[in-house]
Amino acid sequence: MFWASYLLAVLAIVLAWPVPILLSRAQWPARSPFTAMVLWQAIALAGGLSMIGAMLVYGLEPIGDNLLAGLRSLAGMVLYNAPTTALGFWHIFALSAAALLTAHLVFTLLLTYYKIERQRQRHRELLALLASPSAEGTGTLVINHDSPVAYCLPGGARSVTVLSDGLMAALEPAELRAVLIHENAHLSQRHHLLLWAFAAWRQALPWLPTTRLAQESVNSLIEMLADDVALRTESKATLIKAIAIVASGSPGAARDAELQSGGPSLALAGIDSAAGTSGSDSARTTASRVSRLLSPQPQLPSPVRSLVLAGCVLLLALPTALLVVPGLLG
Amino acid sequence: MASLGELERAVMDLLWAGHEAATANTLRDRLAQTSVGRDGAAGHEGKELAVTTVLTVLSRLEKKGLVERERGTRPHRYQAVSSREDHTAELMHEVLGSAPDREAVLARFIGSVSEGEAETLRKLLGHL
Repeated sequence: MFWASYLLAVLAIVLAWPVPILLSRAQWPARSPFTAMVLWQAIALAGGLSMIGAMLVYGLEPIGDNLLAGLRSLAGMVLYNAPTTALGFWHIFALSAAALLTAHLVFTLLLTYYKIERQRQRHRELLALLASPSAEGTGTLVINHDSPVAYCLPGGARSVTVLSDGLMAALEPAELRAVLIHENAHLSQRHHLLLWAFAAWRQALPWLPTTRLAQESVNSLIEMLADDVALRTESKATLIKAIAIVASGSPGAARDAELQSGGPSLALAGIDSAAGTSGSDSARTTASRVSRLLSPQPQLPSPVRSLVLAGCVLLLALPTALLVVPGLLG
Repeated sequence: MASLGELERAVMDLLWAGHEAATANTLRDRLAQTSVGRDGAAGHEGKELAVTTVLTVLSRLEKKGLVERERGTRPHRYQAVSSREDHTAELMHEVLGSAPDREAVLARFIGSVSEGEAETLRKLLGHL
């Protein structure tokens, strides 16, 4: 099973470095955000699995023909003090590293969850005292603030969407509906679970720059998914207007700008350049959302989407197979 | 019976509006004049909102860091730690700020954009 550890290591490196970079630069995710989202999850999961698997398989190599036999011998050494002479320094090193990485990933996931939950709890407590229920329906609160702000705070049955006075004043009813549908889509599609997982992934491996790329891409993809839900009932122009008004901050300036001149292509070029420059993550997200709405591309053809999804299954099956198959062959 | 949550809100409203420290007794009396205080009495006929209930509410608010007790005086006088506006500002700072893990805590309709990008969007708005 020696070769399996090398293949797993190669897979881990490929998934940790070139693949996320290519995917983060690709244009097609904006066309089929859901498919891209599944792919990001498969890459992160398979990447983690092959990182740990490579070290585990290498370390167990002298004491078992396959993963199960190796783990059984290892358990014998740890629990019953069986002789460890079969294991060299590098084997023990690899096994310790595998155990540490696994513990680190699980611990970071839990710690991130705890931190996020504590912040949400505090936020909910303050909202309970400061915000008032909105006429827009249950689960919607209004807070007294002048700038246009809308956000949702996930929390199971206690999930709320919060709108500011400034936002209600700045938007027409249809635009407000688009914002609410967008925020409710985040909640009903449970995007916070994705945000949590990828925030933890980045927190756990901050030295791996591609974890940042993954988090940024996922942040931007969930916005596109929520936009698509809003587009089912509201017009594209309504949604773009809502985005532009909220993003430009002051509704007065935004409405005044309707009088200004200049071709749409010029404005679009500005957006695209904003998307390309090294602006903040969220600015790039906003720019790519708007340019996606302005010049819509057709969805990926369904055979291509199926192919990508099949690739995701393969991505997860490959490290699993490399871990299990040597045992079946041997 | 008004829930503890509703009472907390009513007590904070009173403290924020009063701008000065108040005892549990004073707060109870003022609450009795509001709808929340009357709801509190509705559960048991003729029984008014108990001072102990107000004290429970105040200690919950104290734990949350929203209310502080003046030491040394008896009965204790309570006051809001910061104004309603300050708390709103704190909340909005959390929403609009760029703390690294904010993105996982809540999902904003629009993230922060630079002035240049806002300008581009404003121009764009002119063509819709």
